[in-house]
Amino acid sequence: MNDFNRDKEKDIRDDIAWAQINKDVLQSIDKPRSAFWQLFAFAGFLFAIGVGCEIYQYRVGLGVGNFDNPHMWGLYIASFIFWIGMSHSGTLLSAILHIIHADWRKPIYRFAEAMTTFSLMTAGLFVMVHLGRLWQVYYALPYPNERWTWPNFQSPLLWDAMAIFTYLTSSMLFLYVGAIPDFAICRDNATGWRKNFYTVLALGWMGTDRQWRNFRVSYMTIACFLIPLAVSVHSIVASDFAMSQQPGWHITSFPPYFVAGALYSGCAAIITLFIVLRHTFRFEEYMTFPILDKIARLTFAIAMVWTYLNLIEFASVWYGHDMYSKEVLIQKATGPYSPFWWTMIFCGSVVPFALLSKWVRANLTAMMIISLLLNLGMWLERWMIVAPTFSHGYYPWTLDHDQWPSFVQWGIVLGSFGWFGLLFMLFCKLVPSVSMYEVKEMVYHRTLARKHAREA
Amino acid sequence: MSFSYMLQDWTKYRSTHPSGDLAKDHPEYKWAMAIDLDACTGCNACVVACYAENNLPVVGKEKFKHGQVMHWIRIERYWNDEDIETPHQGAQFMPMLCQQCEAAPCETVCPVGATNHTPDGLNSQIYNRCIGSRYCSANCPYKVRYFNWYNYPEQENAWPDPLPMQLNPDLTVRTKGIMEKCTFCVQRLRAAQSTARTEGRLVKDGEVTTACAQACPTGAITFGNLVDPYSKVATMWRQQRVELHKDIQDKDRNGDNDGVRGYRVLEDLRAYPSIMYLERIRDTKA
Repeated sequence: MNDFNRDKEKDIRDDIAWAQINKDVLQSIDKPRSAFWQLFAFAGFLFAIGVGCEIYQYRVGLGVGNFDNPHMWGLYIASFIFWIGMSHSGTLLSAILHIIHADWRKPIYRFAEAMTTFSLMTAGLFVMVHLGRLWQVYYALPYPNERWTWPNFQSPLLWDAMAIFTYLTSSMLFLYVGAIPDFAICRDNATGWRKNFYTVLALGWMGTDRQWRNFRVSYMTIACFLIPLAVSVHSIVASDFAMSQQPGWHITSFPPYFVAGALYSGCAAIITLFIVLRHTFRFEEYMTFPILDKIARLTFAIAMVWTYLNLIEFASVWYGHDMYSKEVLIQKATGPYSPFWWTMIFCGSVVPFALLSKWVRANLTAMMIISLLLNLGMWLERWMIVAPTFSHGYYPWTLDHDQWPSFVQWGIVLGSFGWFGLLFMLFCKLVPSVSMYEVKEMVYHRTLARKHAREA
Repeated sequence: MSFSYMLQDWTKYRSTHPSGDLAKDHPEYKWAMAIDLDACTGCNACVVACYAENNLPVVGKEKFKHGQVMHWIRIERYWNDEDIETPHQGAQFMPMLCQQCEAAPCETVCPVGATNHTPDGLNSQIYNRCIGSRYCSANCPYKVRYFNWYNYPEQENAWPDPLPMQLNPDLTVRTKGIMEKCTFCVQRLRAAQSTARTEGRLVKDGEVTTACAQACPTGAITFGNLVDPYSKVATMWRQQRVELHKDIQDKDRNGDNDGVRGYRVLEDLRAYPSIMYLERIRDTKA
């Protein structure tokens, strides 16, 4: 075996000292590579663009986004679904893989969970940006008030608001509870203001048996609670469309289709961030190639589920009797949106086949490009759900194939990536993005297994 | 705000599928319309009347081109190439306004309940409650809801001086970020209903009408109370054998619709619109 292959197959060392793990992970908080600050500045720049566009839109009105009568929704709702989708991977990795005892998730689940929380926050922003009267957003919340008015509990948008808030609070709890033992390690090693910061966050964690037992139970409970939430939240987002009457939206298979798409884009985003973190924080020892290999396989499997559900949708529309839906489908494939629609098919269903190659799965550059392409495809998918139905609905007088989102809409979409990036990177700087205690656990279990194998 | 308040039956303020018994669904009034496309000349008088009555802002050429116009009633023009030799050169007109559906798709989806069903069968819009999610318009098959993309009243071409003096005081001027649509001139209806109630009677047929029906020079638009069997609009619906609670009319199902012209737009979507159109009689030769 040559050096290249040995490097590609190397997993976390069994004999790594626990102190070494602490040292490696803690230095990520202290001094990341300069790429970190460059990315941070870039994210800040994007965010500034988005904020500028939003201020302009808030003052002048939504018309500056170039909406019009049939095109009532645009990139905001498309990006909203995209960000909600991104949030699913964290739960998949941390909660689902946690209860099925998939060991390999341990070094990477922390940042996947952070991704969940921050992409939900980003999605929430899009709800606000989308509204015509942002200053009245609280009308959508069921709070007791002297006017005796309630929101409309029949509306899928209200279900959305509730599902997202529930998911957001639960995922934040999950993220926080899971990080308490690591906060304690940070507390023990930090100095200055950081010491106080981590002391508060660690909640007096001493690592006693009793604490560990309570910790295990609560962590498992939240994990079990989170899994149905993750499924329900994107099913409800799908209901925004499936419950409506419009051609191209009124499709029964939308909820599972949305959930599959969500897991898909989430996995792709995990690969992207995996590579970025591995470099900027010098996590080569922990974010190893075998782990990347496993996420890549998982991504491929989900990509095929997504492709299958896509085919089901096309087939049921094509062979159904609803001529309006059929026209929308034909419009997607041949109309003004066709370049984007075919790009989506290519990125979502063809590109993942590259993951079948072992060489690709072990090549960071190739994986980076592929994961970005997959995410591009998934963003386009959301846009292709929203826009073509508006351009080609039921009523012939209002067919409008020419409307194009203005720079304000594009600017805010870019800004959302900046906002997500800022939050995420700030998190990685303050909280260990590799779970130290879980990695130790993993190493310990492996040593134990090897010992048993030797003795047997 | 009390718990018992939450438990009250609010469903009557939401659209429901009509039961078939009009008197039960609407004890007093069910406002409806009949539009005779054969009488419509496409003169746009109804549109102008609507602008004047309902304080609709003029958005200007640029925004009109962007599809950000606020006409609650629009005259759609279609061309029939086969009729190009006839005097009307194949032009066909279709006044389109909110169909005031009985089971309105827009009502169920509004997150804040800003659009509701009134007991007299109107699809109402509460401007103050609207937060501008635009879900109602997304779900409207006719796309007859109009959104205030800008702060139109403050734009120079909406009502240049001294036009603000002619604004109708019976209803508001809408601000940016909210949805609006045809109300069947609800301010007129409420005034007439109030007068009638004071006098201890129901509104008589012809006592109140919408601005568009009033302005139509050819009398193409008939407005009235469908519950009153002797009203003009109810007579027309009956003559055309169009029933409010059917998603496919019996005459169409049985194929015996010769000589009757009444139909409703996109009836099969089961929104039960309150506007009946009378098909155009095409003169094949001049």
